[in-house]
Amino acid sequence: MVTEYVEGSAGTEYNKRDFKVVGTRPPRPDGIDKVTGRALFGADLTAPGMLHATILRSPHAHARIVSIDTSAVLAMDGVKAVVTSEDFVKQQGSGNQDTLDNCMARGKVLYDGHAVAAVAATSVKVANAALKLIKVEYEVLPHETDVDAAMLDSAPVLHEGRKFRNIPEGNNANVSGFREFGHGDLDEGFAKADVIVERSFKTAATHQGYIEPHATLATMGPDGRGEIWVCTQGHYMVRDMAAAFVGMETSQLRVTPSEIGGGFGGKTTVYLEPVALALSKKSGRPVKMVMTREEVFRASGPTTSSSTDVKIGMTKDGRITAGQAKLRYQGGAYPNITAMLGAMTAFASYDLDAVEAQAWNVLTNRPKQAAYRAPGAPMAIYTVESVIDELCQKLDLDPIEVRLLNAAKKGTLSSYGPTFDEIGLVATLEAAKAHPHYAAPLGPNQGRGVSCGFWFNFAGNTSVSMNINEDGTVAVIEGNPDIGGSRASISMMAAEELGIPFEKVRTIVADTNSIGFNDVTDGSRVTFAVGLATIKAARAAIKNMCGRAAQVWGIDADAVDWLDGAAVPTGHNAGEFPPMTVAEIAGDQAKTGGPIAGHHEVNVDGAGVSFGVHLVDVEVDPETGFTEIKRYTVFQDAGKAIHPDYVEGQMQGGAVQGIGWALNEEYIYGEDGKLQNAGFLDYRIPVASDLPMIDAVILEIPNPGHPYGVRGVGETGIVPPLAAVANGVSHAAGVRMSELPMSPPRILAAIDGAK
Amino acid sequence: MVTVNLWGSLRSATGGLTEVEVEARNTGEMLKALAEKYPALDQIIEGGVSVAIDGLIYKEAWFTPIKPDSEVVLMPYMKGG
Amino acid sequence: MSKIHVSTSINGDAVEYLCEPEETLLDALRNHVGLTGAKEGCGSGDCGACSVELDGRLVCSCLVLAAEAEGKTVSTVEGMADGEKLHVLQRKILDHAALQCGICTPGILVAAKALLEKNSDPSETEVRYWLAGNLCRCTGYDKIIRAVMDAAAEMRGA
Ligand code: FES
Ligand code: FES
Repeated sequence: MVTEYVEGSAGTEYNKRDFKVVGTRPPRPDGIDKVTGRALFGADLTAPGMLHATILRSPHAHARIVSIDTSAVLAMDGVKAVVTSEDFVKQQGSGNQDTLDNCMARGKVLYDGHAVAAVAATSVKVANAALKLIKVEYEVLPHETDVDAAMLDSAPVLHEGRKFRNIPEGNNANVSGFREFGHGDLDEGFAKADVIVERSFKTAATHQGYIEPHATLATMGPDGRGEIWVCTQGHYMVRDMAAAFVGMETSQLRVTPSEIGGGFGGKTTVYLEPVALALSKKSGRPVKMVMTREEVFRASGPTTSSSTDVKIGMTKDGRITAGQAKLRYQGGAYPNITAMLGAMTAFASYDLDAVEAQAWNVLTNRPKQAAYRAPGAPMAIYTVESVIDELCQKLDLDPIEVRLLNAAKKGTLSSYGPTFDEIGLVATLEAAKAHPHYAAPLGPNQGRGVSCGFWFNFAGNTSVSMNINEDGTVAVIEGNPDIGGSRASISMMAAEELGIPFEKVRTIVADTNSIGFNDVTDGSRVTFAVGLATIKAARAAIKNMCGRAAQVWGIDADAVDWLDGAAVPTGHNAGEFPPMTVAEIAGDQAKTGGPIAGHHEVNVDGAGVSFGVHLVDVEVDPETGFTEIKRYTVFQDAGKAIHPDYVEGQMQGGAVQGIGWALNEEYIYGEDGKLQNAGFLDYRIPVASDLPMIDAVILEIPNPGHPYGVRGVGETGIVPPLAAVANGVSHAAGVRMSELPMSPPRILAAIDGAK
Repeated sequence: MVTVNLWGSLRSATGGLTEVEVEARNTGEMLKALAEKYPALDQIIEGGVSVAIDGLIYKEAWFTPIKPDSEVVLMPYMKGG
Repeated sequence: MSKIHVSTSINGDAVEYLCEPEETLLDALRNHVGLTGAKEGCGSGDCGACSVELDGRLVCSCLVLAAEAEGKTVSTVEGMADGEKLHVLQRKILDHAALQCGICTPGILVAAKALLEKNSDPSETEVRYWLAGNLCRCTGYDKIIRAVMDAAAEMRGA
């Protein structure tokens, strides 16, 4: 269901228009390959003479590596190469060095599962047997996996002697980052409140849970040229990292992205790629590496776990007078920015006079966190939306009315600094309020939860090329891995701008040597930024085609317009010549000046922000503490939904990941600092029978920064479910849950505690 | 003169100010002027920042024009999923 | 140890391969037979990405030994379409946009086909429970369930 809204303010890019292709639901171009098993994912490629490599991983949560002896390994039959951290090039920036150290531990292992060495051999079986012959002497150190405990002075220090920037006095050496956002006078704000609620919350680390484990195939010849095939969200990032770590120039390394079996942020960094490349360099043979599911859980990035204190004041009639949050996130063994993003987003939905959010990033003996869909925002907004719900309960106010009363809108000074332009939160809340779901009756032990959600959109570096073929069809070449149907959306925007049918366009994702640089597929940026570059590339091709028509007609290029897929003469020439279609112009391209193409390379800006509102009905079994999702509706502003099916899909998929986070998913560590549930059996993501249909209501409040008004939609959907489900549970069971996941034992304990 | 709003924890680099004024016509000049006026900001800017101008976020774009009455907010560099 | 010779039928074709005693059917399909449609999401029977039919029974091929296929028939996603003509389920998955990344799709298709062979008129709940062993992290299952129900309806001639 798509609700159309009136156009937004006149932005620099947006122009209201009637769409022919955009907004329809054509079949995706890669669809047939994906339903027939032909599509090639990361682990699906082989190469002649290929070796298989596996990784030796730390059995300790924290230990000094005293020595590594690999001498017995190379003597083994079938073993062709072995690498340790010694085989990689030291990096300039600390961020890159951290990434490299995470790929292969240097000096110390910092978490259970940290890579220590890798072996390439003629089979996985031989490689695994060889790993057993590597002798590593460890000096085991005390470890810490809990965020609050890691901030205590008594906590073991992960990076001794390392200085982190701008850390206020009084924090220990595990605090790797501190940020503060906000405005206004908190004391004054709280003084105006009739009710103040203060609460502390905890959320567990969760994993992105993509079904395709990390996989790569790397080859490097004695001439120093390399190739990598990999499932990644960003093959230029892979190229830059892998080349730097192995010590080669980027032009010598070509990276080709495979089809990608899910990422959600988890494939925005490297794990195996530099290792496979180094092993190929040493062995002179192609090297394939595929993580097991256990390795995915133990050693690829989960998200952060968090511990947060929130305080919000409200007047009797529902106006929020002040909000304050202290967010402490652990993101594993290396610094990250997730807590900062949490602090920026925590209060972003509201128009507040006094607000402050402080964020601490804390190091612990867990795997290096990786981005996970709107990183930082779900846990932060969970705490704020829970407290707002509690205030509504206390004051007997309608939760949507209160949110409408306080909602950020155009002109609101956001809690993270800038003033909002055209945004869709009020419209989204109004849509939720008017939806039949909000008025539907509830049964016994059922409760309804509401939550708002917010996330940024990113834009960034983007290159798109477009070739107009002689038969009038169009090849679009872009460089962002298609993670959820983006090739369809890009083809649609190209077709729309050119005025030709969708079927005439084919979009491919090219390798790093075939098109200019592209940032990774992250920050909900692809449909927005690649779409924008595609539209501009089409405009360049159109300009070229208008020029060709003008030459043929012998008139001024300025006197030619583009209308419905054809050049038409304008002004006093109007009607003089019949329109000349793409196919006609393209057919004569050799005679009129040569190949016709359009391209656009840009560091895109103007990304909008995106809001969503979720409604959920839950039923809590008072005997078992089990929570069932009875009904779920997602409302989200998409700016303009290019292909509504895939917008709905993002909203539904995000909601279900959030439901998993709220109810089941959790990294569980033992006293020994080892991950206890590194598999899908014990780390339970939602399955089909856990869920009802997820209704998706798309709103379209155009983003002024995009020619068609597009906003990124990929991430916001995971933000509201944590609080929406928690609020539903608190209404159904009469207890306020302040720790995620809300597993049955936790809910039962809360119910018993309240008796 | 443009007024630049800084995020809270940068106060330590500006002697307690969260709003500072510098002479600049675009983001590049603004960042340069900030780093000159408040040397402690230099390494933060080097480490990567975003700039929001009139509500739009720019990651790295030196030549984005800033009008004297523009709302300018220095923001941390951001990365998503 | 020497390898085991296996003669089997895959998607209607007679196929022979050599495998290690401990090798799985999934590995044999992917590495020896060249059929990479079945995927390994976990290797432990928890995700369903490796679903195939063995003598008409839905199995996780990561839990079946390659040697067990001797004398049996194996059906994989590659065998679903009839030449150019897609199976109704394949068509409906596309029509409903019931995939995002598509890594789970082969397993979902094989599992759904096995369901509809047993039960031509499943309820939504039956579809959800049958597919509970097939993880999809992208879609939230909504469109998958709709596609399977719609395919069932079309196959019944409804
Ligand atoms: S790979 Fe067989 S069930 Fe996951
Ligand atoms: S479509 Fe990606 S896992 Fe199902």
